[in-house]
Amino acid sequence: MSAVRNIPSPPENVEHTAFWAAANEGKLMLPRCKDTGQFFWYPRNISPFTLSNNVEWIEASGKGEIYTYSVMRRADPNYVIAYVTLEEGVSVMTNIVGCDPDSVSIGQKVQLDFQDTDGGQKVPVFKPA
Amino acid sequence: MSIKGIAHIAGIFEHPTRKAVDLSVAQLHAEVAAGALADAGIDKDMVDGYFCAGDAPGLGPLSMIEYMGLNNLRHMDSTDVGGSSYVLHIGHAAEAIAMGKCNVALITLAGRPRAEGMATGTSPRAPAEPAPDIPFEYIYGPTVVNMYAMAAHRHMHEFGTTSEQLAWIKVAASHHAQYNPHAMLQNVVTVEDVVNSPMVADPLHRNDCCVISDGGGAFVVVSKEIAAGLKRDTVPVLGHGEAPKHLNGGKIDLTFTGARWSGPLAFEEAGVTPADIDYASIYDSFTITVLETLEDLGFCPVGEGGKFVSDGNLISGEGKLPFNTDGGGLCNNHPINRGGLTKVLEAVRQLRDEAHPKVQVKDCQVALAHGTGGSIGTRMGSSTVILGRADA
Repeated sequence: MSAVRNIPSPPENVEHTAFWAAANEGKLMLPRCKDTGQFFWYPRNISPFTLSNNVEWIEASGKGEIYTYSVMRRADPNYVIAYVTLEEGVSVMTNIVGCDPDSVSIGQKVQLDFQDTDGGQKVPVFKPA
Repeated sequence: MSIKGIAHIAGIFEHPTRKAVDLSVAQLHAEVAAGALADAGIDKDMVDGYFCAGDAPGLGPLSMIEYMGLNNLRHMDSTDVGGSSYVLHIGHAAEAIAMGKCNVALITLAGRPRAEGMATGTSPRAPAEPAPDIPFEYIYGPTVVNMYAMAAHRHMHEFGTTSEQLAWIKVAASHHAQYNPHAMLQNVVTVEDVVNSPMVADPLHRNDCCVISDGGGAFVVVSKEIAAGLKRDTVPVLGHGEAPKHLNGGKIDLTFTGARWSGPLAFEEAGVTPADIDYASIYDSFTITVLETLEDLGFCPVGEGGKFVSDGNLISGEGKLPFNTDGGGLCNNHPINRGGLTKVLEAVRQLRDEAHPKVQVKDCQVALAHGTGGSIGTRMGSSTVILGRADA
């Protein structure tokens, strides 16, 4: 285990209020385009596939695998930034936590977790499954 | 309709400084402008088009046009796609010239990140304006380096690319930089030097990263009619392409860049293929930037970039594709963290036979310059330009 990186609070944006409220309840909500049935990322109220606001929000299973990652060595503590491909098919930027950074690998199965930030907002992170 | 041959690059200038403690950003812009106009033999009052990007202070063109006293302006463009902006500006300047909107376009870049102690590659850059993606990325500590590192890691995973292969890109740049008295890093390095340099963000070592430098550069793009009246050898713009690439709603692929789209547009307009390119300036913020770009531009098959760059294949006089003969961003200069403009400068030098004799490509007829802006780990701008010789 390594020291935990302090994650800053996400900047406020009226478009994201519901997303972050759900995160505080331990839910990662994924936007899905109702016109095409496809999930997308990052969260927004407009579908990048059809430019419509015909968007619904579905709770993610929380399961995924690491698409790629990097260990930031010029930071104290070192931290792992990654893209995790969720079971739902979208890849999200995140931190891999709760493990030795040197144990992380591409293709590794990971599980959703939440970490408190400075301002109290919980944000999604991932840990080894 | 095409821009082919309609516009020429008539003058260039690269500021000799790499640390500008006593020079303001505006003064640097003005000094490189004056240098490029003097190189072209053009009076500033002939400038009727001005192009700049996010590095220009204040309201960009409005601030700099006033500062420099450009009083005959009738065309302005401040398209900012990061470090690729200035390659894109060539295409836009040629379009404006083709449409009769201007005849003499000045493009400048300048900045002083070293003098200002700016957070560059290894610290997350605080968002100035809340872009919609920021809350879902910035909090996780993305830096310039670790974003490119994630692309490198995935390329290694899919294609077996190695750190040693990436290192060859830096080795080639260092071979060229030894002949550039202005280069920040003039020592020749080996593959071992690169892979043994400290890890910054896995799998990128310190020597996989470009320099951080102050300074800047400028060039002047003119109509072919004006070019014909100049004493200087000018360089015709043969083709240009630009393309954005982004995270595509979460369906990501970090193993390629926007060069996959900007390159074919430029090649088609110029009527040439990668085999016709005698010299290439390839954006080299990091070694991986070069490797993916070379694949995307078609210099080698996708996934074989590692093999292509190995064994000195990018070294002028040794390999098949001489690249970044000024030392590039990896060794020479990466002013204000934007390397697109300096890529154009060395391509022009090659086509005017003004590169250092040790790195000058013999009979250089067609050159390519490619810019990458933003981040290959998220959203980027890509721009490719193909340049020829005045007598071609």
